[in-house]
Amino acid sequence: MTATLVEVHRAEEKARKTYFLFWVYLMTDLLMFAGLFAAFAVLRSNSFSGPTEKDIYQLPLVLAETFILLISSYTAGLAVYSANKGRLKTAQVLLYTTGVLGLSFLTLELTEFSHLISDGNGPSRSAFLSSYFSLVGTHGLHITVGLLWLVILLIFLAKRGLSESMIRKVTLFSMFWHFLDIVWIFIFSIVYLMGVSL
Amino acid sequence: MIDSLRVLVLGKLDWSALPHEWFTIGGTVALSGMLLTVIAMLTYFKRWKWLWKEWLTSTDPKRIGIMYIVIAGLMLFRGALDAMMIWIQQSLSLGESHGYLTGPHFQQIFTAHGDIMVFFATMGLLAGLMNLIVPLQIGARDLASPLLNTLGFWLYVGGAILINMFFVFGGEFAAVGWLAQTPLSELQYSPGTGVDYWIWSLQVSGLGSLFTGINFLATIIKMRAPGMTLLRMPAFTWATLCSSVIIITIFPILAITIAMLTLDRYLGTHFFTTTGGGNPMMYINLIWMWGHPEVYVLILPSYGVYSEIVATFSRKRTALYVSNVIGLLGVTAIAMLVWLHHFFTMGAGADVNAAFGISTEFIVLPTALLFASWLLTMFRGRIKLASPMFWFLAFVSTFTFGGLAGMLLAFPAADYQVHNSLFLVAHFHTQIVGGALFGIFAAITYWFPKFTGFKLNETLGKYAVALWLTGFFLAFLPLYILGFMGATRRLDHYTNPSWQPLFMVSVVGFLVLCTGALTQILQIVVSIVQRRQYRDATGDPWDGRTLEWSTPSPVPFYNFTSIPEVHSRDAFWEMKQSGQTAKKHYEDIEVPKNTPFGIYIAAAAFVFGFAMVWHMFLIAAIALVAALLCVIIRTFDEDTEYVLPASKVRELEKAREAA
Repeated sequence: MTATLVEVHRAEEKARKTYFLFWVYLMTDLLMFAGLFAAFAVLRSNSFSGPTEKDIYQLPLVLAETFILLISSYTAGLAVYSANKGRLKTAQVLLYTTGVLGLSFLTLELTEFSHLISDGNGPSRSAFLSSYFSLVGTHGLHITVGLLWLVILLIFLAKRGLSESMIRKVTLFSMFWHFLDIVWIFIFSIVYLMGVSL
Repeated sequence: MIDSLRVLVLGKLDWSALPHEWFTIGGTVALSGMLLTVIAMLTYFKRWKWLWKEWLTSTDPKRIGIMYIVIAGLMLFRGALDAMMIWIQQSLSLGESHGYLTGPHFQQIFTAHGDIMVFFATMGLLAGLMNLIVPLQIGARDLASPLLNTLGFWLYVGGAILINMFFVFGGEFAAVGWLAQTPLSELQYSPGTGVDYWIWSLQVSGLGSLFTGINFLATIIKMRAPGMTLLRMPAFTWATLCSSVIIITIFPILAITIAMLTLDRYLGTHFFTTTGGGNPMMYINLIWMWGHPEVYVLILPSYGVYSEIVATFSRKRTALYVSNVIGLLGVTAIAMLVWLHHFFTMGAGADVNAAFGISTEFIVLPTALLFASWLLTMFRGRIKLASPMFWFLAFVSTFTFGGLAGMLLAFPAADYQVHNSLFLVAHFHTQIVGGALFGIFAAITYWFPKFTGFKLNETLGKYAVALWLTGFFLAFLPLYILGFMGATRRLDHYTNPSWQPLFMVSVVGFLVLCTGALTQILQIVVSIVQRRQYRDATGDPWDGRTLEWSTPSPVPFYNFTSIPEVHSRDAFWEMKQSGQTAKKHYEDIEVPKNTPFGIYIAAAAFVFGFAMVWHMFLIAAIALVAALLCVIIRTFDEDTEYVLPASKVRELEKAREAA
């Protein structure tokens, strides 16, 4: 009996360490985004006789992206809740939903990018577009990594079920996904909303 | 068809990239000679398996720490060679004579010297010391993530190899100064592969530093022995904590800044270009937001080392301990708020310059707290002048000198006179050599017996300090004077004959420094040969105060038979006073298994970096996929630890005591 108590204690200790490490990693990632935001703030008006912010932003599309991502965060949060309750099927369905929503977000973003590029307004057109593509694109890259992670998570969830360490991995994924949502809120407000109103 | 296939696989690489100048041929011969010697020795002594199992794949922080120090020692030697070439060129290159180096080659040398000394020599030595000391000081058996630790180390090694690869492929390193400031480092002005080598070696090793920083923060916050509150932590652990906080804050900024430069060079974006609306001055701001705090990453651990040494050799607890900690925290905070003093002359205006001038002067206050703590610890202590204490005293003289020069530089008006002069070069060398490096030497002397079981020769150690101190002032005082005389930094040629004698004196100083370094090598050799004579069986040769001295020397891989309980500051001193040291009981110990994934992932990162330098995008993509696969396999591996049963621990301890 005592042996199992020691094991439980060790597992908890391990989870605490992992979560802490992951939180610190998220903060470093946030600082990296801070660098991109700073560059965008400096360069946003340097359109170099190319299109300005007002010319290219399509707010309805971006609003749709925002809602899709917000809902996907909600489903990711619910997935962690169900995983902790031991409901494997529900957790899986919720994670699949998160994945589909994430994929639609990515599709919309890439459509927007490909329109811009095909109009000759790619990242090398002006300093403004360089900073815009890098900031929004880095977020998109994170979403891509998140989706890849989700696929692998779902494969192992089907194979191994809700073990202690799988619940931990679902939680970590959800932390990452929420983090991306927060960064997107900043992109939505600082890039898009301020861009059309300034 | 063949041609497009070649471009797909080999990118820009072709025969002309192979070495054809004296220094690249020399570098290639030296590097391959070293490699072949190591391979031959390993094969002859049949040590391949031992090397792989006991060292390369080890997750033991003590092993990783020693490997860090070995690699960083090699890189220190490599950086010193660059320094020698700079010194000789500057002592010769007056008027008609143009010395023995071409302008572009000279520029590559000072760039490589700066990068290697900061990223690969000093950072490596510090990471090594942290690995060796911190877990022992906080009563832990490992770091928060053993995998991140070995991965961080191997990424550092990957970066170190990558920065030397230009000898073999390409033949040119960046010729743009150690921070590759734009627009000079843009494609338009630096079209070669030199800047790309700079980019990828720093990205690879920078990622390693970031992992190490995250790991040490988590370790110190989450894994301290029961009873060790934050204000009972040893000073070196505090210093490591502060240093890690700075690393975590600034290395993401370095990564993203270099990434933006990379996009400019590879995809034609306009972040820092002079055309397309780019802003080169933004790069200067971003890179110094990393660059200034970085010097505090280098100096803070040494502050911690000095606190430990002064307390031990004064036989007193650290006086003004809380002020000491506040000093460290103050330096950490102010370090992030002063970056603009590196470019007062860029034209930000009087108000901005004044604000950053004042914030820079403020760094004196926390530093004064630290000095007060050291001086009052020595006051009425029973001071024992062992060689680590000599390093401390040498540091006090150099650091005070360099600090005063720094205060002068922090006045914007005065800075306009000496900006980018040799006065500045002399100032930061005084701080980094006389501050950070002397601290590392002190630490190695102080903790050497802990990991080997024998002390270093004291007499030679003291000679080394004397030579380093003399050589240091002889080498750098002339540079202060030359700076006032108008000599700017990075000069490969000058026409004023009155400068040459001072450059000559400086070279003599460099030679004295070399004898100092040779004395240190001799010290280590002599101590190894006569190790029976210097043997320390107690594990506590200096009558130490902190937990690392409670373990036997050399430390067993599980560090502690049972995790100690801490009731006060200077926990081991307290135990010795109350006679609690004899008590010993055995428990099951969970030990992380060795893992090759650190090497695998770092090797993939190295290949990725090298492929990117040469635009081999296919190979780069393959390397990236390989790295991702390794991460996935390792993440879903549940079998990463084993339990060492208490009976086995008892057996090991008995065997050690018998020996």
